[in-house]
Parts: sequence; C-alpha cells; structure tokens
Amino acid sequence: MRSVKKKGVFGDVREGFIHRLFQASGMLAILILAGILALLLYTSVPAFKEIGFKEFLTSTRWDPTSPEKPEYGFLSMLASTVMITMGAMLLAFPLGVAVASYLSDVASPRVREIVKPIVELLAAIPSVVVGFIGLNLVGPFLARIFNLSNGLNALNGSLLLAIMALPTIISISEDSLNAVPAAYSEASLALGANVWQTLIKIKIPAAASGIMASLMLGMGRAIGETMTVLMATGNARAFPHGFLQSVRTLTANIAIELGEVPFFSTHYYALFALGLVLFLITFFINLSADVILEKQKRKLQ
Amino acid sequence: MDKTNIHAGYKPKILVEDLNLYYGQKQVLKSINLAIPENQVTAIIGPSGCGKSTFIRALNRMNDLIPEARVEGKILIDDENIYDPDIDLVALRKKVGMVFQKPNPFPKSIFDNVAYGLTIGHHRPKAELEKVVEKSLRQAALWEEIKDRLEQNALKLSGGQQQRLCIARTLAVEPEIILFDEPCSAIDPIATSKVEELIHQLKKNYTVVIVTHNMQQAARVSDFTAFLWLGELIEFDRTDKIFTNPANKLTEDYITGRFG
Repeated sequence: MRSVKKKGVFGDVREGFIHRLFQASGMLAILILAGILALLLYTSVPAFKEIGFKEFLTSTRWDPTSPEKPEYGFLSMLASTVMITMGAMLLAFPLGVAVASYLSDVASPRVREIVKPIVELLAAIPSVVVGFIGLNLVGPFLARIFNLSNGLNALNGSLLLAIMALPTIISISEDSLNAVPAAYSEASLALGANVWQTLIKIKIPAAASGIMASLMLGMGRAIGETMTVLMATGNARAFPHGFLQSVRTLTANIAIELGEVPFFSTHYYALFALGLVLFLITFFINLSADVILEKQKRKLQ
Repeated sequence: MDKTNIHAGYKPKILVEDLNLYYGQKQVLKSINLAIPENQVTAIIGPSGCGKSTFIRALNRMNDLIPEARVEGKILIDDENIYDPDIDLVALRKKVGMVFQKPNPFPKSIFDNVAYGLTIGHHRPKAELEKVVEKSLRQAALWEEIKDRLEQNALKLSGGQQQRLCIARTLAVEPEIILFDEPCSAIDPIATSKVEELIHQLKKNYTVVIVTHNMQQAARVSDFTAFLWLGELIEFDRTDKIFTNPANKLTEDYITGRFG
C-alpha cells in the first residue's frame, strides 16, 4: 500500500515560492504600466496648469517658441495622427483581410509556405528603413503623380504605415480564420456554396472578432509609429486639410522637440502632455479591442 | 453476385461503377460496385476505418477538399457521372445534401441557418424564405419546438435539436438524395430516436444513404444494407436479409459482433 499523505513541508514551500514568483512577474507588468501612467500624469500637470486645458484641447496652433505669444494647442497634431492612421487602415485593412483569406482558404499549401514567411518578414524591416523608402522613393513618386514640389505628406505616411500594419493584420486575421471550425465550411460547401461564398458568409463573420482585433492592433502600431512618419510626412505644424499636405503627428512632434527643449520649461511639460494623450489613445484602442473580442466570444459560445 | 448489385424491382438512383479511391498511395476504396435504390434508405455499415465515411463523401464529392484524394471509376446519379469534368459542383451538392457526424449549425440565427442554402448566390424575397424555412423545419420535426424563437442563435439549441436543424437546412435546398454520416453518434438516445423517425419519413421523397457503426440503427432505419470491410464491398442486400441470413461469413461475423 502506498500512502498518499504529504511528506514534509519542502514541497509546499517550493509550490508557494513558485506561485509567488509568477504572481510577482504578473504584478510587475501592471506596476510598470501604472508607473508610466503616473509619470506621464505627474509631468503633464504643470503643463495643464501653465497652459490651461482650454488652450491645449481647443487650439490648433502649436508654437512653443514664438517670441510674442507661445501657444500649445494639440489639435492639429491629433488630427494629423488620426488622419494618417485612418488612411493607413483604409488601405491596409481590406488588403490585409483579403491576403489572410487567400492564405487561409484559397492558396495551395505550397504557396502558403512561401508567402507567409515573406509577409512576416515585412514586419522585420526597421522603421527607419521604411522611412527612408518614403523619403527617397514614395515621396518623389507622389510628387510626380500629383505634381507637387515634394511628396512628403500625409498620403506618403499613410502608405508606409499601411505597409507596416499589414503583417499584423494579415497574421492575426489568418489565425482567426483558421480557428473557425472546419465543420462550418464543410456544411457550407455541402449546401452548394462555393469557396468565395463560404468565406464571405460563414468564415469571415465567424472570425470577425479576431479580424477586428487585427484592425485594432494594426491601428495601435500605426499610431505609435514615430520614425517612419517623421521621415516621410514633412512635419509641417499647420492644421491638415488634405492628404497631399505635409503633417506632423503627435509622435513625430515629441521626437523632434524633446531633444532640444529646456528641461522643466512649459514646453517640456507640454510634450509630456502630448505623451499622455498618445498613451490614452492607444490604451483606449486596446481596451475596446478587448471588449469586442470578449463580446464576440460570448456570442460564439 | 451481380456485378452492379442492382436489385430487381428497384430503380437505382445512384450507380457506383468500379470505384477506387486513394489517399496518396493508400487505397481506401477497392473497386466498389453498388446500385443505391431510389426512395429507399440504404445503410452503409462496417468496422472503423473500412471506408464508410470516405464512400459517402465520394457521393457528393466532399473528398475533393482533401488534396491527396484521387478517384477512379464512375458514380452515376440519374445517369450522369458526377466525376465528369463538366459537372457543376454547386448543383451536385444541392442535389445531394449531407448531414454530418457532429451537428454543425452556423453561428447564426435558426432562421438564417435554414435559409442559408437559398440565400447564397441569389437574393430571395423574405416571404419566400419564411415559407421554405417553416416547411423545412416542419419536415425536420423541429418547428413546434422553436417556432417562437427563430431569431435565436442556433448554437443555443440542444445537440439533438441542432442535428434536426442541420437536417432542415439540408432539406431547404430541396435535394433529391440525402447523405447521413453517422448522424446520431454525437447525440443522446432520445434525440437519436427522433432523428431515426425522421429518416424513416424522408424516404417518401428522398433517396437516403446513411453511414452508421450502430447495427441496431441500420436494422431499424434502412431498407438496404451494404457491408464494407477494409475498403471492399463484402455484401449488399435487403436489410432483413443481411441481418437474418447473410450470404457472406464475414458479414455474419460482423453483425453478430464477432469483430468490429
């Protein structure tokens, strides 16, 4: 007969230690996030005190170094960020979902084996290289097509960000299409639907949660991207009125100005306020992605 | 045994002629000849791995989805070889409906599930869809249970209800033949008896082929039974004959439970 009673306390102690270790690593992630938020809040407060919420949130003029009257309005940069991101998603989302559908349902296994790594390789291109392409290739090309003095504008940024967001959108969408039970497509095909109809009416709706998540994550990638837009969009501070205008995003502005700003000046704090805005935007996007995923999951069960 | 297995007095709906099927190098079905009679229920029985499911999936060309599957021989449905290059797969699968082993309703409403086959490819007025949905659900003996909640998600139904929904969905596209691939293996006994009852009624209007590993079920629901063993058709006859007086020793051993 074997006894199943505990032998000594060593096992318990070890279990307890491992448990705490994992718990601590989990907590660390939350702590870091909270720390960043706290830092951003702490350094933004002086900015809001000195500038005032009203100016920060409603002015379209960002001119911290004006000798007459410095002004700190974030609207033009927010508009630029939103515009470039939306443009990028308009290009990348349909294309990305199409590629994902092709890879998951149409392509032969051989083609898939070749195309998938190439798509993933796209994500490995450093953003400065993408920016370089924007500066030297896409820019001149756009300038010639639209007859502009230069091609460093919002459209250029959107095109590059679309390319950068594609791998995220493709691989997450493809994963979620592959996660749709084969029984659904079998049933659809057995009812006389073709591959295309099965994709549109069964697979994509069933994978909608993952596809939405891919859009959100692609968006997160595009909003936070700095180097590429800095190099490709011309960085004019004016409020954007169209895709063929030079724009300056929140990220690009922080990158440009933070290196030269006097420490602890209003301007310095204002840049942290911009960082806070960025943080809140990406936080909100990720949160809504989670909510959508959760809702869809419940619906599917 | 007559090579084509045509039974006197029964008009064959499906005529399988010298069917060989391979998965890569492996031969799964070996020169099968079989005449499945119209408006009768034909059961395909045999031990696991004998090729029952492969055989039934050859009848609506679902095996086409498996890249390494290769077919030789002919399957004539109403005198048309369904493996001819000029066969329209969509039309074939509408004519030869299929109900799967596990209930697999779409994650959509009950209504949309039944209407699915009608709405793909063309638009139909809602009133017409409603008529067909009701008719199909009545045929599948599900209407009374769910008529007040057609907009509910089909995944909320019980397993047995889901399987009858899948049958209704198949009936809605007005097939002539219905294939059942072990339709009761994933549902409870009460639901099973409902599905069996249904299969019994369906033969008035449809030709039914059912794969089952449950011999009592074959005996209960079918008029004809085919016994497959290691990819070969060992015996095909009237069900009462197969179960009371089989011609082949292997068949006898299988139905008496000596192997399986």
